[in-house]
Amino acid sequence: MVEHIQHAHGEIWTIKELFTYPNEFIYWTIHIAIYPYITGLVAGAFVLSSFYHVFGMNELKPVAKFSLVFSLALLIIAPTPLLFHLTQPQRNHEMILTPHFYSAIASFTVVYMTYMFIVLAEIWFAYRAFIVAQAQSAKGIMGLLYKAMTLGAYDLSEKARHTDHKMITILAAVGIPSAGVLHGYVGFIFGSVKAVPFWKTPLMPFIFLMSAVISGVALCIATYVIASKLSKRDIKLDAVQAMGGLLKWFIIIAFLLEAVDVIFHGYLAEEFWPMLSIVIFDKLFVKMFVLQWGCGMILPLILLLLPRLTVTRAFISSLLVIIGVFMMRMNVIQGGGQGLSKSLSGFMTYKLPIIPTSFETFREGFFAAVLLLSAPFILLWIFNKVLPVFQSSEDH
Amino acid sequence: MMSTRQISRNKGGDGVKQSRRDILKLGAITIAGAVIPLSAFELLTPEALASTKKHGAGKRWGFVVNATKCVGCGMCVKACKTENEVPFDVNVSRTWVERYVQLKDGEVIIDSPKEARNGFIKNDPQGRQVKEEDIAKGFFVPKLCNQCEKPSCVQVCPVGATYRTEDGVVLVDRTWCIGCAYCVQNCPYGARFIHPDPKVNVAEKCTFCYHRITKGLNSACSDACAFGARKIGDINDPESEVHKLITNNRVMVLKPEYGNEPMVFYIGLDHIVR
Repeated sequence: MVEHIQHAHGEIWTIKELFTYPNEFIYWTIHIAIYPYITGLVAGAFVLSSFYHVFGMNELKPVAKFSLVFSLALLIIAPTPLLFHLTQPQRNHEMILTPHFYSAIASFTVVYMTYMFIVLAEIWFAYRAFIVAQAQSAKGIMGLLYKAMTLGAYDLSEKARHTDHKMITILAAVGIPSAGVLHGYVGFIFGSVKAVPFWKTPLMPFIFLMSAVISGVALCIATYVIASKLSKRDIKLDAVQAMGGLLKWFIIIAFLLEAVDVIFHGYLAEEFWPMLSIVIFDKLFVKMFVLQWGCGMILPLILLLLPRLTVTRAFISSLLVIIGVFMMRMNVIQGGGQGLSKSLSGFMTYKLPIIPTSFETFREGFFAAVLLLSAPFILLWIFNKVLPVFQSSEDH
Repeated sequence: MMSTRQISRNKGGDGVKQSRRDILKLGAITIAGAVIPLSAFELLTPEALASTKKHGAGKRWGFVVNATKCVGCGMCVKACKTENEVPFDVNVSRTWVERYVQLKDGEVIIDSPKEARNGFIKNDPQGRQVKEEDIAKGFFVPKLCNQCEKPSCVQVCPVGATYRTEDGVVLVDRTWCIGCAYCVQNCPYGARFIHPDPKVNVAEKCTFCYHRITKGLNSACSDACAFGARKIGDINDPESEVHKLITNNRVMVLKPEYGNEPMVFYIGLDHIVR
């Protein structure tokens, strides 16, 4: 049996250069980039809806519910990349049953469940009036579904509706720090790995959080525009401009954080810097400076800063940000993080398997990644069948 | 007393408000009270206890590598792979040997072809042809898990599947590990990998041959070393060879800056060693 085994785990998609320790490979593949990417989108989408509910940005009203439901769709998919990545996915319940709280990953269950509760509760309060109306009129399976979704609460009196609104505001307010914790903790997973120089920075939770917000807001802009076009609804310019305005400010913060991180590494010039600088300025030049920063941050920022923001300009900026943030995840996790050997004497390059030649290359390959990245949209489409996601609600 | 107060306030007509405040007060006391046993629960985790314990009491397995004695034959790697059933032809290993060649112009060439399982048989560091007269110095450094006193791999395991035994060896529970590779990422020494056998397929590492040393045998690598470069034993036992080697020599550990407190001590390290 042992004779059949030819490859070490990770060997197929790792190209080694100069001296790396024998056991070093790219162990964290594209799924470990997709995981923080989707988690970031959750945080961003939720924060967007909270800007309406908590801070009273009325221009965001047409997208407040949509971004809330979208964050649920994303939240459900967020942990699935991890299942694709684990070599023993059937043991994932050990995370819940025997969490080792000294590990950042172990707090996942607590953080995730808390956040899931907040999002579900807020959606329920936001759609309660609609659900009750449907439960009383719809027939068949849908009728049963809506009846179950009411949780037995049919009271739509003035007082009850007032309570709903109060709950939404409270949940949205509590949700903002929770979104921060959810994504800050993802940043902590990487920032706390002391053996990887490019990750080990206390800025990491904040870098991840800010890039999360920009990706989430950008995705909401893009999805809102596409969905409105598809369903031939009017695109509310006000809403797009408000989202664009938020996006602009968060891009500035995100860019500053990321730039400060690299500047500090360079100025401190620790033992690893001579090699890390080769990774950043040579190997990752196009991916990081051109795609992640140039196309993903600076160009959209210029487009958003120009006066009289149009829908097209906001849409293009959003697409650039969405791609840029995904590049950032790949650059941090595969490129700069695992790209530098712990021996500080060699490099590793990640080659995403495209054509699957084995179960392993399928599971950690291109098609699995596409499947995972499209799953939230499929979920959103399903949710839209049950709840009027894109309708600007008149009841609050 | 409380009832008198309530009664007197009930007369004022806002008794309901007062009792709510009392309930809140009681709740706060309950939470505060609950924090005490909860913090005790925290203190009693094995890691917290272990970190407060000074080694020096019981048995503590340690290792001494005399790098000046290593000739790069690779017999230790061969023995380890065979003993521990790590597929021989796959490019991972619990132990490996590195070759360091420093040229007269200062350039350092490091390699460990196929973890040195077949030994170093040619003068071809990193596949390059190096003239003998250009070489300033060259030597071999055997590597293995450092069985750290404060293992950063154990710290990050999300399910607690990897742990440090009382006698200081870091092990992995193969029936428990979920294979997230967080431990692999957080080992500064590159000692961990995912076991390539689909029947195992979890985090794998050097165990100091725990199954052997606990029965009074040596680790497979130290038995296989004909030159006495690898020694294993109880570093807390003043009579043991490793204890004597550590106390009678100037020894170094790899990457002390990470704070892991490695328990593999080296004689004859050089500043170019990574």
